[in-house]
Amino acid sequence: MHELSLAISIIDVAAEEAERRGVTVVAVHLRVGPLSGVVKEALLSAYELAREESPLAGARLVIRQTPIVAWCPTCRCERQIESVQRLCCPACDAPTPDVRQGRELEVVALEVSDGNADTHGRSPAEGAQAE
Amino acid sequence: MATQTRMVEVRQKVLKQNDVVARALRRRFHEAGVFVVSLVSSPGAGKTAFLEELLSRLGARRHRVAALVGDLATDNDATRLARSGAPVRQITTGTVCHLEAEMVRDALGEWPLGELDFLFVENVGNLVCPASYDLGEDLRLVLFSVTEGEDKPLKYPTIFNTADVAIITKADLAAAVEFDAAQARRSIDSVRPGMPVFELSARTALRMGDWLDDLERRFREYRSERRATASAGLAVDPTANDRVGAAGGRNTGR
Repeated sequence: MHELSLAISIIDVAAEEAERRGVTVVAVHLRVGPLSGVVKEALLSAYELAREESPLAGARLVIRQTPIVAWCPTCRCERQIESVQRLCCPACDAPTPDVRQGRELEVVALEVSDGNADTHGRSPAEGAQAE
Repeated sequence: MATQTRMVEVRQKVLKQNDVVARALRRRFHEAGVFVVSLVSSPGAGKTAFLEELLSRLGARRHRVAALVGDLATDNDATRLARSGAPVRQITTGTVCHLEAEMVRDALGEWPLGELDFLFVENVGNLVCPASYDLGEDLRLVLFSVTEGEDKPLKYPTIFNTADVAIITKADLAAAVEFDAAQARRSIDSVRPGMPVFELSARTALRMGDWLDDLERRFREYRSERRATASAGLAVDPTANDRVGAAGGRNTGR
């Protein structure tokens, strides 16, 4: 239920970055971890609502779900943890409270086209070609 | 023709508005030196009864305490808690099923936080949504009662992962419901290895002393760390203890 608030924040982050660089956003690439409390489908739906009438109306949201990675004190290495209900090493079963990855909600990258779209929605390259 | 696209690296955490407010609250709490403890649980787990006991006993140990309590409706809980003699304010959320940082900020108003040792924030009864809302607290307690089942933690891993200490309440009823404490501790340890657990009863005072001792130890550590930071002239990093997933999360296991 808080996914709408998150979608708005994602759009704000992306729009600010796009304006700073003078580019048009085609897609927003997001990393979401299982312990972030975010449901991918809910976020995608919320994004569809939030992007209307926003600077990112033409951009799609691409979500990559990342695994839980924790440090195993016995194996002395990082391990990928399968289940949020069992934070323990898949190799030696030791408890792994030190979660290194899995909580993130991050705009990793923007897929952009250079310049701002002209009034026909064409990029500068398309516009030049048409003339 | 297809538009040429390229990838631009951004790598920016998404902070929703709540997290921005929570960071500011956390900074304000640290400047005032007040140790803030929040409580989350399902409805009926005994947050208010537990907090009522805490406020009385901490007051008796000469601590200056205050509380905020969130409910959808009524100020019954605030009235109950105020019997302890501590200042208490009720946050009535209407239809919102969790407290947000903004509600805490608005409820605090101009309360003189510098005059407090402890501020308790009792969340709305809900084990789901509070997981996503940092309130700027230093310590988050997750409570569940012996009547709720030993696998409760397995059903709500996200909230257990944003909390610091598990309190198993109504321990005086454990025998009557054949509660398997060892199994419950295994469940907690499965989703949050090393999480400290206290089994107690607010009603009969069973093992409340052990918990109070631990709380006071944490308070002393908080205050001495704060003094050390201040005397070293270091600024407190407001992002260092962001609580919930969308803002980074913490590993405690303390």
